[in-house]
Amino acid sequence: MSWFRIALRSIQQRGVASLLTMLSMALGVTLVVAVLSIDGVLAESFRNNASLGYNIIVGAKGGQEQLVLNTVFFLSRPIENVPYTYYLEFLKQPERDRLQRDSYAARGAEVWRETAELQALSGNLGLSGAALDAVAAPIEQSLVPDMTLPRHPPVELKGRHGKYGQMTELAIPLCLGDFYGTFRVVGTTPALFDDLVYDIERNRKFEFAQGRNFVWRSPQHGYFEAVLGAKVASDIQLVELHLNVAGNAAARALVTERANWSRIDERDGALVVALGQGTEESDVFLSLRRLQKDAEEGKRQLDDEQQQALTALLDPGVVLRRSQRNVTLGDAIAPAHGEPGGHLHQRKFTVVGILKPSGTPNDRAVFINMEGFYLMEDHAKPVARPKPEEAAEGPPLSESEQRAQMAEDRRRQQEVERAADPEPLPAELREVTAILLKVDVMFAPGIENYINEGQQAQAALPVAVITRLFEFFVGPLKRVLLLLTVMICVVSAISILVSIYNSMSERRGEIAVMRALGAGRGTVMGIILLEATLLALGGGVLGWLLGHAGVLIASPWIEEHTSVHVGFLTWTTLPTEMLLIPGLIVLAIVVGVWPAISAYQTDVAKSLGK
Amino acid sequence: MLQLRQVKKSYAEPDGGRLPILDIPLWEVKDGEQMVLVGKSGCGKTTLLHTIAGITRADSGEISIDGINIARLSEAGVDRVRANKLGYVFQTFNLLAGFTALENVLLGMTFGGGRRDPKRARHLLERVGLAHRTHHRPTALSVGEQQRVAVARALANRPSLLLADEPTANIDPRNQQKIVDLIRETCREENVALIIVTHAPEVAGQFSRVDKLEEINLVRADDPPLEK
Repeated sequence: MSWFRIALRSIQQRGVASLLTMLSMALGVTLVVAVLSIDGVLAESFRNNASLGYNIIVGAKGGQEQLVLNTVFFLSRPIENVPYTYYLEFLKQPERDRLQRDSYAARGAEVWRETAELQALSGNLGLSGAALDAVAAPIEQSLVPDMTLPRHPPVELKGRHGKYGQMTELAIPLCLGDFYGTFRVVGTTPALFDDLVYDIERNRKFEFAQGRNFVWRSPQHGYFEAVLGAKVASDIQLVELHLNVAGNAAARALVTERANWSRIDERDGALVVALGQGTEESDVFLSLRRLQKDAEEGKRQLDDEQQQALTALLDPGVVLRRSQRNVTLGDAIAPAHGEPGGHLHQRKFTVVGILKPSGTPNDRAVFINMEGFYLMEDHAKPVARPKPEEAAEGPPLSESEQRAQMAEDRRRQQEVERAADPEPLPAELREVTAILLKVDVMFAPGIENYINEGQQAQAALPVAVITRLFEFFVGPLKRVLLLLTVMICVVSAISILVSIYNSMSERRGEIAVMRALGAGRGTVMGIILLEATLLALGGGVLGWLLGHAGVLIASPWIEEHTSVHVGFLTWTTLPTEMLLIPGLIVLAIVVGVWPAISAYQTDVAKSLGK
Repeated sequence: MLQLRQVKKSYAEPDGGRLPILDIPLWEVKDGEQMVLVGKSGCGKTTLLHTIAGITRADSGEISIDGINIARLSEAGVDRVRANKLGYVFQTFNLLAGFTALENVLLGMTFGGGRRDPKRARHLLERVGLAHRTHHRPTALSVGEQQRVAVARALANRPSLLLADEPTANIDPRNQQKIVDLIRETCREENVALIIVTHAPEVAGQFSRVDKLEEINLVRADDPPLEK
């Protein structure tokens, strides 16, 4: 009979009490495992998020935390924007020149060059300066209606590297502000997926589950392509209306005009309209009824074919059936401006790719081509018009004139937004919300300082900020949770003490018999301590199994929400969990000492009876 | 084998005085000898057995078991002697309820520091006629069977001396003789000296040596209060 067997038999003998004691310890350990696992998942998620592939974020002056939260996690509101030209300072010459090709500066330089040529020519022909202006002004106006072009060679913009260009390995601009459902829409360049290695350790770029990356300009969709994060694709559900107007071109045109749609096609003898995110069936028919009312009141002229199509669409039996599906490749998405419930841009982007889950915030964002982003209504930087008092010609504008001018601006913007294939927005009208920079670690602190000392922007080292935020928010919470669970373990341990101590009075006889059979005081003490340890460890193992089983059961949910894969065993938390073994042994010994001493002090002669 | 010389034992009284229980000038038991110890209730028979076993320490004197004076040993030393040289059979058997018959016997060889020998434990159970009950718990055994397990346990560590404190007191008359025979035979087979404390004249009558505690003890049996 080993001590182990004796202790085990004693535990078995008090089956129910032992089981309850072990369960109470199991509960404590389950909670410890749960807290450690949650912490492990958070840490892994944090590691995924902190493994950014870039080491500096540049944005408008303001709080570093806000810049990082906004840029890395797509949380909070963007601080402000920085000029696109500032972004160009992080590029090398060829790329920088290419992106300025459509700038007013470049166009101004062209005008300046032509004017200079004309001046030379006029000298030869004997033309006056006024005649020259008469020739140059229309050219200028046609190029840039709202601006006075710089009448000097823009040497400071062209023909050189950006200020930080040679130190920058990768610079990716981000434009934020729009939403698709509740998900952020991020205007960026294809480099985000083509060039950025976000997990340097494993040399991983963002991968596509379906489709491809958007391109700068595609023959099919122009500048208007989008890529969805995995979570966006799995969460956004589109309603499909199967309308009984198959083959009716006029009806299709009316639906196209009046509904916010994601896709319209003909299938199974029906015109299938996948409604845009957030659009209800009733919105479509309300809009069609309004059209009918406008037609009846003469506000809108409809030809016979259109009228018949409208009647067919408003027929109560027009909806053959309704279905629901996830947003997918080929769908058109219309971002909402400014906030999740903001007005929808008319410009739609076609989904050409869906990302694989990466466990990063990119799972929860929609990425659109930045060129297309700029061409959406309200996305061009307001250009300073000459103030009336500063204007060279005429008196200040009246209120009605100002209104007319605003209406004209609006019309021109809408024209751009509606144009099938508009020209890219000039660099001067562009802004970026943030720039992700990958620079040599040697240069990073220097560049950060240099940018922060400047007036235009701030730079943040995201990993440092994220670590700070993580420690600030998660650290104390983890410590409190761990403390609570440790307290639960201590309470469970005290229940072991109570259980063993309560059994001591009935066990004194047994202890006395063992002593009479030659067991020393130390032996009986050791057996009691071993019993406490077995109860604690038994409860601990049970709790560990329960905790990990719980984690395993919750793993699909965890994976869905954090993209962190967890199995039965989480290797990252295992070393900490291993500390539970000595911890529980120490705890058991501490609580076992009291009953053990009581066993030690047992008066054999008195307890033995006869 | 066993020798008690000038052994004195007394208990403290509430008024601070001492109540003498034992005062034995000389008392011996030889190797393999079987004897009965009789005496009135309260004369100190159990105290004497406890003192021999080292469960109760004598106030003075020598208690030699196989030449080892346990009165001079530390408590741990006494525990070792008890574990290796003594067997104890109680009136109430004192089997551990959570253990099977076999485990109770194995318990008898657990604390001696020697090899735990399940084969011997099974042999002893077989010897006491319980080969078919090795995995039964005490509650599943009859009173006679429980006492037989207790006898097997007491002999498990190959002791030199078996102390049996009224081993037949709780057993029906039909089984009493069987238990006495069993104890005597097994002790003879194992060459173990035997001291049986009993009140039963029919048991005492079977032994060639019957010592009255009153005769070996200088303390008069009427002096102490009911102790046993």
